Amino acid sequence: MQNISKSGADVVQLKEAVANLPTGNALPILAEIHEALGRLVESGTTAVIDLGSIPFTGGDEKRLQEVLGEGEVNAVLNAMGESFVQETEIPGVWRVDHYDQQGETQSRFIEVTFIPDILRTHREDAVRGHEMLAERLNGKTGADKKGG
Amino acid sequence: MPSSPLLPKLMKAHGVSRRSFMKYCASLTSLMALPPAMAPRVAHALETAPRPSVIWLSFQECTGCTEAITRSSAPSLEELIFDSISLDYHHTLQAASGAAAEHAREEAMREHYGKYLVIVDGSIPLDEPGYSAIAGISNLDMLKETAEGAAAIVSVGTCAAYGGLPQANPNPTGAGAVSDIIKDKPIINVPGCPPIPMVMTAVLAHYLTFGIPDLDELGRPKAFFAESIHDRCYRRPFYDKGLFAEGFDDEGARAGWCLYKLGCKGPTTKSVCATVKWNDGTSFPIEAGHGCLGCTEPDFWDNGGFYKPLSAPAGNYRRVGQAAVIAGVAAGAGGAYLARKGKADALANHETVDAFTLEKEEKES
Repeated sequence: MQNISKSGADVVQLKEAVANLPTGNALPILAEIHEALGRLVESGTTAVIDLGSIPFTGGDEKRLQEVLGEGEVNAVLNAMGESFVQETEIPGVWRVDHYDQQGETQSRFIEVTFIPDILRTHREDAVRGHEMLAERLNGKTGADKKGG
Repeated sequence: MPSSPLLPKLMKAHGVSRRSFMKYCASLTSLMALPPAMAPRVAHALETAPRPSVIWLSFQECTGCTEAITRSSAPSLEELIFDSISLDYHHTLQAASGAAAEHAREEAMREHYGKYLVIVDGSIPLDEPGYSAIAGISNLDMLKETAEGAAAIVSVGTCAAYGGLPQANPNPTGAGAVSDIIKDKPIINVPGCPPIPMVMTAVLAHYLTFGIPDLDELGRPKAFFAESIHDRCYRRPFYDKGLFAEGFDDEGARAGWCLYKLGCKGPTTKSVCATVKWNDGTSFPIEAGHGCLGCTEPDFWDNGGFYKPLSAPAGNYRRVGQAAVIAGVAAGAGGAYLARKGKADALANHETVDAFTLEKEEKES
């Protein structure tokens, strides 16, 4: 039992150690966000930054979070695993994190846009919704059947 | 066999929303190291790509590569993409056997001549073709015959890509890689023992959407093999600070320090294990406390021992590799040279090895 708890403490110690070691990559990302936000305001040009494309540790995440803060919108998608879409305290700058069905990170993005595309209903889904509602109104499906 | 796009139908049948698909495409684009703005193009290409005929040939292998790609715990879009190809021949998975199975392969080759994709796992015995045969056809003959009408070949796993374990010293069957035999077709090497399932699917998706991906000097897609495991390892900060585990149960190991001194091959191994991870993203060998074996690199089995640090003197492989780099060998020639040198050395040093000898060597080392 002692060994197990010691091992558990070690894992926590390791995770904390790694989580607090920044690579210094947060600063150039923040500069890129600033520039992209300028383009959005001037010309409406949107931008997506892939946080998985550079080494980015827990320490870098912390720095990014400190500068960007938490904004007014916080959405959770349930689309083959959860996705968290949050507007930061800097309007126009969104954080989009995709997870798989096991809760593991799939991809992490910063979107500089008025509304992330993943939030809106896509036409194909609306078509399916139109059919589903018609079926329900016609009493074809007894119990409501949810799509994946 | 139908060649119209199947993915949209499969998505509808499985109740996968457009939003889920776009989420998958965003992650796939990230994995393929393409700019995020390409995600809608990836989605469009996946939806409209014609269903390709695929012939999967298994030669001197352990079936680990097939196990890896087919063994997924939850239904996923990766599976749907895999389902959306027309897998016309795979002797491990197909119900037919013997002449009927071979007939399916021949029919697929005839119907889709010049268009089908060949996936190979396992190496090919070159000393005596009879060492490995399927339905009385030697691996060598089957590969040559099937490759003739192929649009491209994907060598899945280190055995097909570089000879792998069957080619390990003393290479009793004279095992060779696909690229040692086929010279007139595009070959994509997806090494690993086995390769990461998501990488296999992503390479397939890349082939379906944008054709042959950019390859490195060893024929590997740059999107997945451009960086070393060491570059992305979460233990890298410990390496930078000079903090190393000296044993598998010492203080350093318990604190999660770098495994370099325990023989980790992360610094010389290119793969995305540290970021994509294994078993549905659970972890990767270094996270489980064991150094990287370097399984995506040629001759990894003979590369000086799994528990010797990279700084320790190694076998011919590393010396030859360094000489090749120093000499500035042209891109693409380095891998072939290493393969030829490895084979020549193995043949020259041909020696019998039994379990007793191996055990003795292990104790002495």
